[in-house]
Amino acid sequence: MSAHLRHLRYVMGENPVTLFSFVLFFLLLALGLFGPWLAPYDPLASDTANALKPPSWAHPFGTDNLGRDVFSRVITATRLDLAISVAAVSLSFVAGSVAGVCAGYFGGVTDKLISRLTDTIMAFPLFVLAMGIVSALGNTIENIVYTTAVINFPFYARVARAEANSRREAGFVEAARLSGNGHGRILLFHMGPNIMPPMMVQISLNMGYAILNAAGLSFIGLGVRPPTPEWGIMVAEGAKFIVSGEWWLAIFPGAALMLAVLCFNLLGDGLRDLIDPRMRT
Amino acid sequence: MKGDSLLLIGRRLLQAAPVVMGIIVVTFILTRALPGDPAVFFAGPAADEKSIAEIRASLGLDKSWPEQFWVYLQNLARGDLGKSISTGQPVMEEIATRLPASLELTLMGLLLAVAIAIPLGILAATRPNSFVDHLCRLVVTIGVSLPTFFTGLFLVYIFYFLLGLSPAPLGRLSIIHISPDHVTGFYLIDSLIAGDLEVFRAALSQMILPASTLAIFALAPLARMTRAAMLGVLSSDYVRTARASGLSSRTVLWVYAFQNAMLPVLTTLGMVFSFLLGANVLVEKVFAWPGIGSFAIEALIASDYAAVQGFVLAMALMYVLLNLAIDILYTVVDPRIGLEG
Repeated sequence: MSAHLRHLRYVMGENPVTLFSFVLFFLLLALGLFGPWLAPYDPLASDTANALKPPSWAHPFGTDNLGRDVFSRVITATRLDLAISVAAVSLSFVAGSVAGVCAGYFGGVTDKLISRLTDTIMAFPLFVLAMGIVSALGNTIENIVYTTAVINFPFYARVARAEANSRREAGFVEAARLSGNGHGRILLFHMGPNIMPPMMVQISLNMGYAILNAAGLSFIGLGVRPPTPEWGIMVAEGAKFIVSGEWWLAIFPGAALMLAVLCFNLLGDGLRDLIDPRMRT
Repeated sequence: MKGDSLLLIGRRLLQAAPVVMGIIVVTFILTRALPGDPAVFFAGPAADEKSIAEIRASLGLDKSWPEQFWVYLQNLARGDLGKSISTGQPVMEEIATRLPASLELTLMGLLLAVAIAIPLGILAATRPNSFVDHLCRLVVTIGVSLPTFFTGLFLVYIFYFLLGLSPAPLGRLSIIHISPDHVTGFYLIDSLIAGDLEVFRAALSQMILPASTLAIFALAPLARMTRAAMLGVLSSDYVRTARASGLSSRTVLWVYAFQNAMLPVLTTLGMVFSFLLGANVLVEKVFAWPGIGSFAIEALIASDYAAVQGFVLAMALMYVLLNLAIDILYTVVDPRIGLEG
């Protein structure tokens, strides 16, 4: 463990960018957890006398067309945006690992079926498929979560399959089998922990994509409904005002979105360096 | 040799068949997974039991699923994707008239991205840890993190509102211009065929911002791949041999390294195209571009299912076609490839 910590400190010292991403991550986490208490104003309270005011000391991110405080809305939105993507990523992580590990471990028909399924999903442009699924399931936040989970499923299934496949004949698996463990136990307690590191990297690389995807869907009017504060929909609402120069409505939530995605992408790269230095590019 | 690669191309075409089948099955399931009864939906609020049953029969919804699937296949074979309830036109027609606008934009974005990403990647790989290399790294990191719709709006704010350099983000041509005669459907090409440079200039100025938005998005994976592939190739044995044989560094770079490094980049191009088709939808919304993306958004909001599913199918088939083209190109470019599996 101490070797890991030393390696962690080495990577951090070597790469201040990763340190930055860790700091950003904890900031996002704090905003997600305590956002509603940190926001200086009620994100839904409109004040038409103060509509469309540019950033000032009282309203650091300005006010929107209904006089709501953009800063408070951006902060409050963190929780919803993170919740959607964390829920979606957890779902596809669980489903993808189980399916992928089974495919890699059992091979044969199981492998064929699961590979065909992932190939079929990947045959679609993923955002387009997401639009199709949401239209079929119905336009709700839960369905955005399920949809995002479906389109991310192949990434996890593929990694888990490859990792499990390369270990199915490994000594520790044989040993577990010989000492009388069933397939279930082997998969859960022997294979599972071993494929965790690459899966964790996949999660943090995938989180950014999941956030972008969910925000994209709400940008085109799916899922989250106004007046709920959410980054994608705030950018969509602010888009109307860009051409007349009220930039702060769309730019601040967009920047928050970008920082969140950037944070997870950098974190993913950092984790990959930590776990597998050879993958470094 | 020639016959071999023809055989390979034929086999690759056959391999695409199950993928296309999978796509059709998924779109069929999506069409039938509608919440509620489509017959009730189509019949409207004033319908009684009898008219709902009639509509159900006319839509073929009273048949079993396999039968319905067979009907769906037959309709597809005739190019019939159903009717859009919001416009009243056949979905196929709607998509066909809007497709050129989307394709022109997507291809322009891709072209722009390739034109910037490949030189950037090569420069970064040939000069590790130089300014260009750091620039490349920065572009790659920022590029993948920027939401396309945000980039688009940002560019509009800077170039339209602040600098006044580009026209209002409202479609393919401003109203003072008349669209060129339809030949290819691509305004840039059609206006050149018509010899109307004024319209060409106008269409180009409308195109620059949305195409750049897409390009910024597509730049990152391409530059990253080019850099990595070039680095890999430049440290390979055959490049060292070529250098040791006294070939000029230009020959080594372009003949030996570049051609080999382009193969993985070509593969990445397929993935990038898939992302672009999705990003295109968002960009079309930002720039009020009259393509199939904005058509699909309107259809989604109006719960116009036939239109949305037709859109999903069209995009997926386009992506399969592109992947096929890339694979075939691959076979032609790289004679070593066996295309097994």
